[in-house]
Amino acid sequence: MLLIKNLHASIDGKEILRGINLEVKAGEVHAIMGPNGSGKSTLSSVLAGREEYEVTAGEVIFNGKELLELSPEDRAREGVFLAFQYPIEIPGVSNINFLKTALNEIRAYKGLGPIEAKEFLKLVKEKQALVELQGSLANRSVNEGFSGGEKKRNEIFQMAMLEPKLAILDETDSGLDIDALRIVANGVNKLKSPDNATIVITHYQRLLDYIVPDFVHVLYKGQIVKSGTKELALELEEKGYDFIKEEVGA
Amino acid sequence: METITKTSLKDKLIGQYELAKPSFVGDAAIREMAINAFAEQGLPGRKHEEYKYLNFELILKGDYSFSHSPSLAAQQIQTLYLLKDAYVAVFVNGQFNSNLSKLNDLPKGLIICSLPEAFEKHKTIVEQHYAKHADVNADNFIALNTALASDGCFVHVAKGAIIDKPIHLLYISSANENLILNTRNLVVVEENAQVKIVESFEVKDLTSKVVTNASSEIVVMSNAIVDHYKIQNESEQSVLVNTTQVYQEKQSVFSTVNFTLNGGVVRNNLNIVLGGEYIESHLNGLYLTKNNQQVDNHTLVDHRMPNCNSNELYKGIIDDKSVATFNGKIYVRKDAQKTNAFQSNKNILLSDDGTINTKPQLEIYADDVKCSHGTSTGKLDEDQVFYLRARGLSEASAKKLLMHAFASEVVGTVKIDELKEYLEAEISARFE
Repeated sequence: MLLIKNLHASIDGKEILRGINLEVKAGEVHAIMGPNGSGKSTLSSVLAGREEYEVTAGEVIFNGKELLELSPEDRAREGVFLAFQYPIEIPGVSNINFLKTALNEIRAYKGLGPIEAKEFLKLVKEKQALVELQGSLANRSVNEGFSGGEKKRNEIFQMAMLEPKLAILDETDSGLDIDALRIVANGVNKLKSPDNATIVITHYQRLLDYIVPDFVHVLYKGQIVKSGTKELALELEEKGYDFIKEEVGA
Repeated sequence: METITKTSLKDKLIGQYELAKPSFVGDAAIREMAINAFAEQGLPGRKHEEYKYLNFELILKGDYSFSHSPSLAAQQIQTLYLLKDAYVAVFVNGQFNSNLSKLNDLPKGLIICSLPEAFEKHKTIVEQHYAKHADVNADNFIALNTALASDGCFVHVAKGAIIDKPIHLLYISSANENLILNTRNLVVVEENAQVKIVESFEVKDLTSKVVTNASSEIVVMSNAIVDHYKIQNESEQSVLVNTTQVYQEKQSVFSTVNFTLNGGVVRNNLNIVLGGEYIESHLNGLYLTKNNQQVDNHTLVDHRMPNCNSNELYKGIIDDKSVATFNGKIYVRKDAQKTNAFQSNKNILLSDDGTINTKPQLEIYADDVKCSHGTSTGKLDEDQVFYLRARGLSEASAKKLLMHAFASEVVGTVKIDELKEYLEAEISARFE
């Protein structure tokens, strides 16, 4: 589904990603872990199409298409979804209107007509329940005045509505208490299918108790320096990132 | 080299006063005072502090006539009526047109008629208020308007009358020669009365430059509630100077929302005097500018008495090479203790060539008050645009959604549903 080959990216002339290689197949859950400043958020930003990052080398193939050639909206329409680490507040734009517009633009891209009002409402109700999001939140302005947990739940709610092929969760666990973490993870797990894939980007192992990865990768200084199964995450938790630094340094 | 024989526009306007004098209605002494004030002030040029961003000596260059009477039929202006169910007074090039107006079934307690008719039939009440609030010595265009205005609208709402439908004053410019028009309204809303008034400025088959100098005096007596709207939707050739002078008595509520959707040069002077206690005043505005348009909103909120609230929000979206100005003054006089006065001006600049001049001015002479003002100008928030695009919205529709959201704070204050729908459609079309 996703193939990242030798990806280099920089911001303001400073190289952050220094040759990332990664393959994600349908049905898989990959965790990308790493210390602060290792390039985790840069990777998700580059995949989503943030323009301030410059890709200097490498390629990303998503379902046979050159992902880096596509605009951010076309990536979304192709089925890439980024759950933001810091979801943006948009006063005056209702969550529901925004999602309806998004859904219809994605449908138009696929050659489908706009969704029926009744069908849309049914979908909203169903997906809200999935992340235990109150109806009133869905009708409010996008993320405006939402608590940290509500914002993250709203991200997963949007993900549920848009049904992406590849979901990238960027530090979705940051700032969440254990209940919110459980709800968010639960939502992600319920959306899992053999046809879609998930990349979980996180600093801590904690989230991986709830969203169990098939593969764990350690990102350090812009490269994936170690890959393994879920046990690697436990090892990291136990030993800290220093052992990686030592291993790499050695 | 300049030739001395060339008459200046100022002299021509004064000459017009002499010419039209025999046909004027109303108090001759007031007009005489006004033309003398205008003779002294002239048209505001660059050096005029209140008009420094609009040089009217330059803007008004040209030769003008003072009236033009095209034949317009009701079916030609259907789309300009805006409201299906309203009492409508139509003015074509400043002249009252009874055929196009819809004033047949006025309810008890409501008078709507032309100004000449008002001077004839409702002399006592008109003379009690006419030109008593708009000060000819305070502003060049008030002086000119008071001297030259021969038509306009008189609206009177009797004590305790609650008017069921909105009143729509529709001004249409339709000409093929350059015109200067001076129209004048007087609105008197008596104690405990309630009314909604929409003023709209439109064009129909306009191929020349029309300068409209429109002034309204609105008197809101104690406990009265007035909702007032101005929709300015003229053409790039139009020049509109629009003064709204409001006097509020105790415990009254006056709300006004000003939408500038189109026009070459638009200058709004909104002056509100809070002349009693426990008054509420709401001032809102939205201006969308493009091309080489110039839109200038000057507001003055004069708190003279204690325990009053005023709240002001003006927002603008500025595109191309257009220039928008906001100048908001709040006076809190010595006696106006316990005043709450808030003001905010927010702008989005869509282009690198657009200009916004914003100047909030607070002058506070009382010591127990709550006042604030704020202003912000920026581009559309890039993070917001990206967030929306990351969910599949095109860049264009993301921006459209954000501009709509920005405007909705002002549109949301409109209390006439039909008007709100009209504005939403106009604004949507604008962002396509």
